[in-house]
Amino acid sequence: MEQVDQAQQQAGQAVSAARGRIAEVFAQARAEGRAALIGYLPAGFPTVPTGIEAMRTMVAAGVDIVEVGLPYSDPTMDGPVIQDAADAALRGGVTTADVLRTVEAVAETGAPALVMTYWNPVERYGVERFAADLAAAGGAGTITPDLPPEEAAPWLAAADKHGLDSVFLVAPSSTDARIRLVTSIASGFVYAASLMGVTGARESVGAAAAGLVRRVRQATDLPVAVGLGVRDGEQAATVAGFADGVIVGSALVARLLAAVRSGAGDEAALAGLRELAADLAAGVRRPVRASA
Amino acid sequence: MSPRSAGSAGIAAPPPSTDISDAGAWASVPDALGHFGPFGGRFVPEALVAALDELTAAYDEARRDPAFIAELDGLLSSYAGRPTPLTDASRLTEEIGGARLLLKREDLAHTGSHKINNVLGQCLLTRRMGKTRVIAETGAGQHGVATATACALLGLECVVYMGEEDTRRQALNVARMRLLGAEVVPVRSGSRTLKDAINEALRDWVATVERTHYCIGSVMGPHPFPMLVRDFQRVIGVEARQQVQELTGRLPDAVVACVGGGSNAMGIFHPFIPDTSVALIGCEAGGDGLATGRHAAAVAGGSSGVLHGMRSYFLQDADGQTLTSHSISAGLDYPGVGPEHAWLHETGRATYRVVDDRAAMAALSLVARAEGILVAIESAHAFAGAFEVARELGPDATVVVNCSGRGDKDVDTAARWFGLLDEGGDA
Repeated sequence: MEQVDQAQQQAGQAVSAARGRIAEVFAQARAEGRAALIGYLPAGFPTVPTGIEAMRTMVAAGVDIVEVGLPYSDPTMDGPVIQDAADAALRGGVTTADVLRTVEAVAETGAPALVMTYWNPVERYGVERFAADLAAAGGAGTITPDLPPEEAAPWLAAADKHGLDSVFLVAPSSTDARIRLVTSIASGFVYAASLMGVTGARESVGAAAAGLVRRVRQATDLPVAVGLGVRDGEQAATVAGFADGVIVGSALVARLLAAVRSGAGDEAALAGLRELAADLAAGVRRPVRASA
Repeated sequence: MSPRSAGSAGIAAPPPSTDISDAGAWASVPDALGHFGPFGGRFVPEALVAALDELTAAYDEARRDPAFIAELDGLLSSYAGRPTPLTDASRLTEEIGGARLLLKREDLAHTGSHKINNVLGQCLLTRRMGKTRVIAETGAGQHGVATATACALLGLECVVYMGEEDTRRQALNVARMRLLGAEVVPVRSGSRTLKDAINEALRDWVATVERTHYCIGSVMGPHPFPMLVRDFQRVIGVEARQQVQELTGRLPDAVVACVGGGSNAMGIFHPFIPDTSVALIGCEAGGDGLATGRHAAAVAGGSSGVLHGMRSYFLQDADGQTLTSHSISAGLDYPGVGPEHAWLHETGRATYRVVDDRAAMAALSLVARAEGILVAIESAHAFAGAFEVARELGPDATVVVNCSGRGDKDVDTAARWFGLLDEGGDA
């Protein structure tokens, strides 16, 4: 058996403290009879400081958990809106260190911050080093859309050591066996992609979403949050009717992008963001339950 | 029963690697998860896993099905023109003054390069899976043209993603694909070249996977693609190995091929892997020179990472952001390399050299004048590397060069390089 020394004990306490934060948010939302709202923005867009301000604005407007996007040169899972914002952030020189700085600033608000990242930047930074620095920045964990369970062991070990949650995705095409595999290693919550496709606001949330959430619930007690395609409070209310969490990315990014492109200035950009975040926060508070 | 057919050439069948009795340790790759040692794998969003599983199963079944193998063999011989010849390049050999140079003539295959071998296999698989739409990425346009060709032949809908930058550089191939009935989509994201065309094809695929097959053009991407494309390209090496022995009575001393993603190289290398006396040499694109940082040499100048669904060597910065590659050859202008090449490099079974733009263009000119063969700029990299190897090995040795494609598409680039459009300037 491993010897448990004092340092490990302390680390263990830190672990349970960090590990519990996402779970607490979902428990709190459930107690309030609503879904949790998870908002995504890429770090460094339009600049690192304004990006931080934007995330704080979302939290103030009612976003429960912030997904801090790590801008990447090859975002194959993202549609044009997030691609454009990530490109702009990279042209602005955003680095992995800036992303961690952003996490730290968001964590100070009290809302859990998860880093949403493609796998290569983590591996390049160093798996253990990334986990340590993310935990030190007060981050709650990661969402890694292109890290399959078969390749996740090194990350899971590092995340475990540093008390980070590891969120993984399931899709409408996932078999029940895949769902069991993914949920067996996931922590925090399960990210259910509402449709087969890349990120981007859509007219309606995929019809497959409710069925997928049901299938995930058969495999796990973890909260299930639905993302891809949610664009407004009305859709958020619909998703809140069958899921524990509602994830919104492109619609929020689009508000910032539009303001930046029109040269409206930071204040106007943040006002637009605040308005949408508040609309979404109201949406998750009036879940539309499907009639039996 | 062997799954191998007695069709035309009788050598086109892609046998499961475990069926190759003398393949030794190399027969064990990839493993069930697509690993070549530490490389390969399947780094994709969960939404694509079902499609990759379906493809893996369909391919596994197809390659054991004599009817599938016979149909592929038939197309390779009656449509694609296989087997391609092995040309004894005696004037070139004399010019270089080293080893005897033998050329595997993939430039004579239908559509002008080895790309047809892979797309015929994948498009037959597409039909077998009951899918009706094929998407592909293309850089120089060779894989796009080959895919458009196979889709026309088999009655499949075809959409080709091509970086906007490349659609300008390779306008004739865009027209060729459209003549063949394909839709060509210029990609305006990122660096607007091959890597971004792959990103866009992946985005299309995740949304349309139920009826669409993504026909990847090289030995890259998530498992099973590196294995599958290798197996469909393996026919190059199977033929070459037999032809060189018929001609010289023994195995060659070296086999040389250019490497972008690395499909022509993997195809000609693979049957020689168990023949440890045969040196396998890949030639990466050195662009302006390795030292300038403006190159496409992922093995020599890159580092281990994950992109486009696979772990391999890539050009990347300190934060893991992909760097832009540079090469005069659009077909080699990719910041990564297939995972099996990364593994062959790591195990030492193959070695990789860097050939810069200047050396490649000089080789292109020399081959044209000495042998009357205008090779693709991609293939010219293999020739430049082979000349070095031939001089190192000396006149008693034999070197097989994979002449992976013809150079018609590159006349414009070559004419500019050599100044042929002005005063008839000389090379």
